[in-house]
Amino acid sequence: MSAQITLAHEAQLTAILERCHTAALDAGIPDSNALPEGFTGTLGHFPVYFPDEIAHAAGLLPVNILGGGNKLEMKHADSRMGSFICSICRSTTELGLNGTLAGLTGFVTHPICDAAKHLAGIWSRNLPDQMSEILYLPQNPNTPGAVRYIASEYQRLRAELARKVGHPISDAAIRSSIRLYNKKRRLMRDLYEIRREEPWKLSCSESYMLVRAGTRITCEEHIELLEQALDAIRHRHVAAQDKPRVIFVGGFCEQPPLEMLEAIDDACFIVDDDLLIGQRWLNKDVPEDVGDPIWALAESYIERSNASPVQHDERKPKSDYLMAMLRAAKADAAILTAAKFCEPGLDDQLFWSKDLDEAGVQYLVLEFEEKMTSFEQMSMQLETFAESLLFALA
Amino acid sequence: MTTAIAEAVSDTRHTAPASHAVWTPFNAHDEGQRLIKQWYTTLETANERKEPVANVFVMGNAIEILRSFDFHMVFPEINSLQSGVRKTSAEFIRISEDYGMSPDVCSYVKADVGMMLKEEEHPVGKIPKPDLSISSNMCGTFIKWAEIWERRHKMPSFVLDLPGQRTSNWAVRPGDAQHSTDSRWVEDQFKDLIAKCEKITGKRFDIDRLAEIQGRVNQMVIHWNNVMELNRVCPAPYNAMLDGLTYIGIMNVYRGTVEGVEFMRRLEEDIRAKVARGEGRVPEERFRLLFSGTPCYVSMRRLVELFETWGGVFAYSDYLTFAAGGMDAAELLYDTSRPLESLAEVTALAAQRGLSNQFFAHERMEKQIRDYGVDGVVFHGIKSCRFVSAGMADTRDYISKRLNIPTLYIESDLIDPRYWADAQIKNRVDAFFEALQQRGGAGPLRGKEVPTGKGSLA
Repeated sequence: MSAQITLAHEAQLTAILERCHTAALDAGIPDSNALPEGFTGTLGHFPVYFPDEIAHAAGLLPVNILGGGNKLEMKHADSRMGSFICSICRSTTELGLNGTLAGLTGFVTHPICDAAKHLAGIWSRNLPDQMSEILYLPQNPNTPGAVRYIASEYQRLRAELARKVGHPISDAAIRSSIRLYNKKRRLMRDLYEIRREEPWKLSCSESYMLVRAGTRITCEEHIELLEQALDAIRHRHVAAQDKPRVIFVGGFCEQPPLEMLEAIDDACFIVDDDLLIGQRWLNKDVPEDVGDPIWALAESYIERSNASPVQHDERKPKSDYLMAMLRAAKADAAILTAAKFCEPGLDDQLFWSKDLDEAGVQYLVLEFEEKMTSFEQMSMQLETFAESLLFALA
Repeated sequence: MTTAIAEAVSDTRHTAPASHAVWTPFNAHDEGQRLIKQWYTTLETANERKEPVANVFVMGNAIEILRSFDFHMVFPEINSLQSGVRKTSAEFIRISEDYGMSPDVCSYVKADVGMMLKEEEHPVGKIPKPDLSISSNMCGTFIKWAEIWERRHKMPSFVLDLPGQRTSNWAVRPGDAQHSTDSRWVEDQFKDLIAKCEKITGKRFDIDRLAEIQGRVNQMVIHWNNVMELNRVCPAPYNAMLDGLTYIGIMNVYRGTVEGVEFMRRLEEDIRAKVARGEGRVPEERFRLLFSGTPCYVSMRRLVELFETWGGVFAYSDYLTFAAGGMDAAELLYDTSRPLESLAEVTALAAQRGLSNQFFAHERMEKQIRDYGVDGVVFHGIKSCRFVSAGMADTRDYISKRLNIPTLYIESDLIDPRYWADAQIKNRVDAFFEALQQRGGAGPLRGKEVPTGKGSLA
């Protein structure tokens, strides 16, 4: 009887992961006729963080534009962006120029780096009829007044979206979206809790697909999938393998190919990571029953948030949050990655390696590109790294 | 115009050259070099004298506040630039790459890290250790760079967050709701910064001192804008990409100082005299060009030579706008009767101007092409600078197709000599001029009519 239940859960999990896989890796935008009920359009946003609740309350499906992966053929962007620009900016440009993103109601980018800021200009030159914006999230979250400034940016965005959809976006609708997204964030925290406590039950690549699906489907559907997936995962009976516990950093913006994560999974337990950190940027519930829901979102950006290489915050020095991540996950080592040509990632990768040298923590440095297709050499590096860790820990 | 601003303009008018003024020799290049040397000499002993030092960038730097606290200003971008000019950047970059820095990150940062690893020994002298750094979001690399100093020097860094243009055709007017929101945010940060400066220096903030400094900045900005406008005439009296660098260097390093005002005053006087004499930078000016991007400092003279031998002169460079933090418009003057509020208001506008010049370059370039009577646009893609380069090829495509203006795209780096491919660049430059000639632009341009700008004090 117990084995039957396990099999049923496993089958259910497989079906959920397949659904998530299909949704997560689809670079296209849902056709306006194929939108889920209650939505009238799609709002694309570049990594890292975006207040999805505002788009959701406007009846726009928020879609995190995560580049073109390793299946996209570049036909236009090569002549519009230098070869020394990161893959995600180039492939996002390609998706704009080749018409894949033509169905978006609007596209929002952020001042996370200079290449990302340029996307707004590229959009305005090439897709002039599509709303394109830079949401100026501040790089100084420490000065009193930052919450008020973010709230004003969110109100500006709210007004823009209201104009676009042709109706006001009420406080009640935003509160309702906040409640929904809080639930989704709690479920994602549960996923990561399992990763830290029982990593043999959920691999990083599986968890990644479960999270990434949320960048393309409705919050409502995502919650349903996560609830079912968590139930099935908790019923999983998998023996713990002898693998080192590592954390993975460097996946905050451009995404590593799934094959790379699978290669790491084969050699190590990835007990925490910063993959799609924007989806998990708010690390506590946003206050739900407050007078001004926009203020609650703005305050949460400052007071209830994670860290990343593209957000300066004097309360969260880069070395401190890496060490805190290692400690919280009880990790033996770190995998320090950076996307090729990603200046913030490459800078932090080096200085994190110096921090780990000083702390006597082992690490492996890897560089990736979303478009990479060969992983043999990386797999060998990972195997060697894992073996050396196991010997050291024995 | 408020009274305080009117007074600033009036002061500058008073000091501006009159036709009967006694002419005294002034060589802007030599004087600029002397001032830069003097600045570096002062820096060398700042730590010994226990005087406060701040690392700042040329864009978004709150120099007016820092100067009111008597901070010495170190400009690490200028240090790196100077290492390129003085041919030591290759060694600094090698040291930083040996240390582990990626070949794909900003070469300015790498030169600075290389210099730090050599115990701050720069060819111009010893660079003092900072007590504070100010970086801004105008360039994302500034922030990462400041985080390196935080680690290295164990000192605080203050990130000045300056909101830029949000979308295309974004029109923010002084005093409108968006400008008020942005200014209030900037003012909040200035107040925070002032508290930090008070803590570091042990001095109380002196608002009158700030107003005094702002008054001098106003005078410099007026002269600077006149200098830029004077290059609209034909022949252009100076090369915006070469001579302009000296001018903007003084604008930045000596901003708000008596020496800075005097340099800019004499510069304007000198350029006016050249215009009156019909003296151009290039003896036989044939092509007026716009230079977009930053120069390659390790091959600076060569880069200029490649264009000037064809009679091409850079009448304008967008570098002169963004590398002055956007302070290139005559309306960007401080109201010294409300120093802090005005500092925030002007900084918010100037930052948007500086940022927009890059991120929405096509919107500004059309006007710049018209104002400076430009025959062609030269885009210089910098391998290690995304701020300048990420949208450049696309802007070029837009300008070529929409405005039917000949364009040239060349690529190298700021100070990494490995990326200067002389033969390849020369071929491209030559082909560009041949194409310009075929369009009928071969004759000398002396006497060509170029639109005159507004705001001239003459």
